[in-house]
Amino acid sequence: MSKGSPISPSLMAAKSAGAPKAPEKVDRPADAVVDNAATLSPVLGPNNVVPPTVMTGSEAIVRSLEELGVDDIFGLPGGAILPTYDPLMASKMNHVLVRHEQGAGHAAQGYAMVTGRVGVCIATSGPGATNLVTAIMDAHMDSVPLVAITGQVSASVIGTDAFQEADIVGITMPITKHSFLVTDPNDIPHVMAEAFYLASTGRPGPVLVDIAKNAQQGTMTFSWPPKIDLPGYRPVVRGHNKQVREAARLIAAASKPVLYVGGGVVKAHASAELRELAELTGAPVVTTLMARGAFPDSHPQHVGMPGMHGTVSAVTALQQSDLLITLGARFDDRVTGVLSTFAPHAKIIHADIDPAEISKNRTADVPIVGSVKEIIPELSEAVRAAFEQSGTPDLDSWWAFLNNLRDTYPLGWTEPEDGLSAPQRVIERIGALTGPEGIYVAGVGQHQMWAAQFIKYERPHAWLNSGGAGTMGYAVPAAMGAKVGEPDRVVWAIDGDGCFQMTNQELATCAINKIPIKVAIINNSSLGMVRQWQTLFYEGRYSNTDLNTGHDTVRIPDFVKLADAYGCAAFRCERDEDIDATIQKALEINDRPVVIDFVVSPNSMVWPMVPSGVSNDQIQVARNMTPEWEEED
Amino acid sequence: MSRHTLSVLVEDKPGVLTRVASLFARRAFNINSLAVGPTEVAGISRMTVVVDADGELIEQVTKQLNKLINVIKIVELTPESSVQRDHILVKVRADAATRLQVTQAADLFRASVVDVSTDSVVIEATGTPEKLAALLSVLEPFGIREIVQSGTLAVGRGSRSMSDRALRSA
Repeated sequence: MSKGSPISPSLMAAKSAGAPKAPEKVDRPADAVVDNAATLSPVLGPNNVVPPTVMTGSEAIVRSLEELGVDDIFGLPGGAILPTYDPLMASKMNHVLVRHEQGAGHAAQGYAMVTGRVGVCIATSGPGATNLVTAIMDAHMDSVPLVAITGQVSASVIGTDAFQEADIVGITMPITKHSFLVTDPNDIPHVMAEAFYLASTGRPGPVLVDIAKNAQQGTMTFSWPPKIDLPGYRPVVRGHNKQVREAARLIAAASKPVLYVGGGVVKAHASAELRELAELTGAPVVTTLMARGAFPDSHPQHVGMPGMHGTVSAVTALQQSDLLITLGARFDDRVTGVLSTFAPHAKIIHADIDPAEISKNRTADVPIVGSVKEIIPELSEAVRAAFEQSGTPDLDSWWAFLNNLRDTYPLGWTEPEDGLSAPQRVIERIGALTGPEGIYVAGVGQHQMWAAQFIKYERPHAWLNSGGAGTMGYAVPAAMGAKVGEPDRVVWAIDGDGCFQMTNQELATCAINKIPIKVAIINNSSLGMVRQWQTLFYEGRYSNTDLNTGHDTVRIPDFVKLADAYGCAAFRCERDEDIDATIQKALEINDRPVVIDFVVSPNSMVWPMVPSGVSNDQIQVARNMTPEWEEED
Repeated sequence: MSRHTLSVLVEDKPGVLTRVASLFARRAFNINSLAVGPTEVAGISRMTVVVDADGELIEQVTKQLNKLINVIKIVELTPESSVQRDHILVKVRADAATRLQVTQAADLFRASVVDVSTDSVVIEATGTPEKLAALLSVLEPFGIREIVQSGTLAVGRGSRSMSDRALRSA
């Protein structure tokens, strides 16, 4: 029982009382439509009826996963989860044995991102569980449906600092959607069903299920489906009618609207609905880092990615807009820049499934809580009615302004002066030769931004990256998970030389389990994004960013030898004229992973850029070059 | 910043207090006081959380609290629409010479003496924070040895029951 737990004295610090506030309604909105079990069982999977059967807790874990429809699991066993690995051996589920638990976590994320299903990872107690922490935090920041199952020491020794004991429920409390500690085997079926329900509904996220060894070893009576009892969990799915009509009224009255599209549209599988709304309104569309592919890049209404490294047209569209139609986005600081100067003239429509995101950073004029999958069609219908009543707004001058920006400031790069390949060209060619049906998974840093900028995304679930968390090392294991989820697609990990060195041990997993991902190391021999900031803001003092992996260095490690040692096909590409041929060779190999060491210039920088701490109006298209703004009234 | 009293119905599950407390710490919200106890419904506890926050922040606090799976319902209780009480136990120096003055002071605040020794008394009092502060300032000259105070408890006025409605909608 937790009521006796001590509260940190700092939490109790009293502050002087202000004037009492007017009564405020803080209850959940009474008029909101609640997602309940009216249509579907909240228990995932086919809901097979299993009559009461006596089995061990471990068998119940495996059986629950099977009944929940799980096909693939990523994990690594150890003492406290050992009982569960025994029945797992006999299961039809595919367990991928990783080399590090962080790899299991990111693989489960990659799997979830491409399939839309819950990703599952398993680890043992203590260090096994803490090695999952980065992936759990990553999934929390990017709203990825993930269930992490960890072994825990037996209930009788919890709290005694037993061998490999860690309070993983406590450690992950701020970075999970919810967590469970199971000490009674009879709780396993309903906890597993609840974990999957929580992870995959509402705003998706990671759920931790920590299962004590005695609960795995004890016997229990298994039956299915279990009863889900979550009285405090009622995600709102349908948007409120009145708010939707008000949003439509604003859209009909706006002369500079922008559809500000975030990762929620991808999570909700609402791309088709978005396209209909976009074409109906004629408004420009920006897709955030998490939403690349939610709207086709080739569509004439797509004006680019907003944010710190967004296109001039996308950033300026938001800055100059009079109405942001925000769909599944959260006004992240990397999009807004200095918040007080962001889109200063815009009214805000904000549709999101998480009410806490609405008016968190930017106050919404029209908040709509619900799933964008439901809200966007409702909004389209309301907009159609509003246009019939008050006419279709004339966006010609808005488009003339934006088209001029698109033409004047297209994405591009300057050739490096050191004669080495431009990293942007390598990435652009990978995208062009692989095409929009491929899946592209990036690490974090310059190569991530170039992969977001120079690959053309035409469909959702084709672009995976660590957006909110910025986890270096995400790419290789997440690509592995994506390839397991979508085995028929070409999966590229576009990685940096720094990122790659954090998680490349999963190449062994890929090689042995026949998961033929392709890894493009954009090798600029440094922690490139940090180096870029050192170039721009620290007078070129390159403190601890040189990794010695590239041109004219000792090349430790030699990525080609390393990949060869891991049983991968391995190539090095150092000249522009070899780029296409090397990519083609990689595309032809499908029986093992491929690693290409693309040796590129360390001096290339990501442009455009809004420097940290300034308004988005200060966007630079190249070093110290800010676009000439026409006078706007 | 103004003071808000939130009544929070939670599932009586392990870790629920930690979840609420760590949410406040993590999001840099300020808890002024916190009181937890069982309710008339088995398995449901009620927390009374007093928070210092302005209007936009209190909205964010309640939204974040609502995201906790174990939180069933949150209601803000305003001073006008609710009864709010703190409980205090004070150990005051009181020997034969001053005991009568101390107990008379307690009587003025309708506080009661719950323990007596040769050189001290323990006084128990219930009231609004303002009343208790006034009591303490009167007792202060005698010498306060110890204070232990509860978090604020609050209940809405009238016949409606918060848990009643919460459980029906759940």
